[in-house]
Amino acid sequence: MCGIAGIIHRGNPGNIGGEITSMLRSLKHRGPDSTGLAVYGIPGENQYVMRFKVAEQEDISKGFDIHQQIKDKREKVNSRLKELGVEILSEDEATEYAFRYTIRYDGDLHHMADYIEDIDGTEIMSLGQALELIKDLGDADVVSTQYGLGNFVGSHAIGHSRMATESDVDIRSAHPYWAYPFNDVAVVHNGQLTNYWNWRRDLEHRGHRFMSNCDSELIAVYLADKMNQNIGLEKAMHDSLDELDGVFTYVVATSDKLGMAKDFMAAKPMVLYESDDFVALASEEVAIRSIFPHEIDTFDPYEGEVRVWQL
Amino acid sequence: MAALEKSFDSGLHSEQLSGRTQQTFFSAAEEENFVYPYNAFKVERDKKAEFDAQDLDSNAINLKIRTLMNEGHGHIVVKNPRAKHSIGVGILNRLTLDFEGSLGYFGCGLIDGPNIHISGRVGWSFAENMMAGTIVVEKNAGSTFGAAIRGGDLVCKGDVGSRTGIDMKGGTIIVGGRTGTLTGFMMQRGRMIILGDAGPNLGDSMYDGTIFVGGKIDSLGVDAVKGEMTDLEGRWIERKLALYGLEAPKGAAKLQKIVAGKQLWNYDNLEPTEKKIVL
Repeated sequence: MCGIAGIIHRGNPGNIGGEITSMLRSLKHRGPDSTGLAVYGIPGENQYVMRFKVAEQEDISKGFDIHQQIKDKREKVNSRLKELGVEILSEDEATEYAFRYTIRYDGDLHHMADYIEDIDGTEIMSLGQALELIKDLGDADVVSTQYGLGNFVGSHAIGHSRMATESDVDIRSAHPYWAYPFNDVAVVHNGQLTNYWNWRRDLEHRGHRFMSNCDSELIAVYLADKMNQNIGLEKAMHDSLDELDGVFTYVVATSDKLGMAKDFMAAKPMVLYESDDFVALASEEVAIRSIFPHEIDTFDPYEGEVRVWQL
Repeated sequence: MAALEKSFDSGLHSEQLSGRTQQTFFSAAEEENFVYPYNAFKVERDKKAEFDAQDLDSNAINLKIRTLMNEGHGHIVVKNPRAKHSIGVGILNRLTLDFEGSLGYFGCGLIDGPNIHISGRVGWSFAENMMAGTIVVEKNAGSTFGAAIRGGDLVCKGDVGSRTGIDMKGGTIIVGGRTGTLTGFMMQRGRMIILGDAGPNLGDSMYDGTIFVGGKIDSLGVDAVKGEMTDLEGRWIERKLALYGLEAPKGAAKLQKIVAGKQLWNYDNLEPTEKKIVL
């Protein structure tokens, strides 16, 4: 199963952290293993937000010197950033193993990401001007509280509550996935891809990196590959319906867009609500209703449907 | 005919069967066939009650409905169901049940007899295994609407998702708007009236039953073929739609009729092992 959700404030920014948490709380029964959120804040001028982890949650209970290892890896990250000429504006420690840096950098972000991820066990979960991607084990309330997202103000967000079926219960297999190396692009997915390994081999040959064995990561990398070829988001999503096999519904967000795609079998649910100043979508209507006290009209997208909303 | 005689000669219709092959035939002479021995309540049609479901979970809402029926209420209004799942299920007696709002997944399943009205939308797998009664949904519905229903009238005035009436075994499904892919998949009996467009693979692998479509059909599924509309069917459709305040935009006679080609038809009373003996 798995539950996915997304919201856009089309006018002024709103409390997207609280809203997406509430939606994912309503979807907890679809997947209690892990929760992830991609929230789009108000971009700082000429600066990036980098969310990264240097260990898995489960590592904390293993080994005698895990705390020292985490400290060493973080120091190595700082040292490599300094070496590249990256200016660190702020450092936040959400957990012992996951960090949020605001940075200023004029160089090649792709190269910087590769250099940081070259440190063993280190993964950049997101890198962007507006995007902040947070994922961890536990339900929406646990993760949102742990990372202080309850009052996060921004323009749009997507989220995921995961029931692990084909890969492990760990942070690297949790959604959303960042469409590395494109800053500000994230994907959540409900379903199964049956031609995962064919596409993974193909994309790896073209130089893309995979951090997990989760088929959902492939959608993010697939879209990144298309964008790398200067194919627009909507066209890339239409292509995915023809080229990816399986049953799936996914949601993708960029710095100024939010889109959804549903495969031709239409076996994975999605409910939409649209008004002049708000778009909300989720695997179940109960999630949308958790943030709207008044009566609303909702509808299902059909098989083979792609929709993209501009902020 | 020779095969049938051969099956009688083989004793397949007289021997004591067990397991999957066991059949129980309906007898109108036996009163218990008309009355549920449990979970059915004697209610008074005009005794009305209402409650607010805003702060109740699905279990509490169903228990409240059951308590009110036990008290003899024959008309229950549920306010603010807020798209909660699995509510209004397992009702096996006469009842007028109004939901003021929307229902989530698996709403009103396994019912036999009530007349239900929903002012909002319903989620996936609505009215699954409905046996009798009427349900009217004023807005849209999700996928697998009316899966495996055996009787009654199930009406959605808006659009519905994919696999509408999958495995349908009787009754009538009416859709005021459009319907998605694989509508009527493996349909076995009953009638479906779609006033709008139908998605790809309409009536795929249907055994029997009839689908009427007012709009454009994206494509027919395996073994689904166009049939010829009769005057009797046209009049039946008009009467049925009028019951729910609907009408076919171009008239009932203009609807397209889809039936099973029966080239894949292998739906009989014999098990595969028994068939081998006969054939």
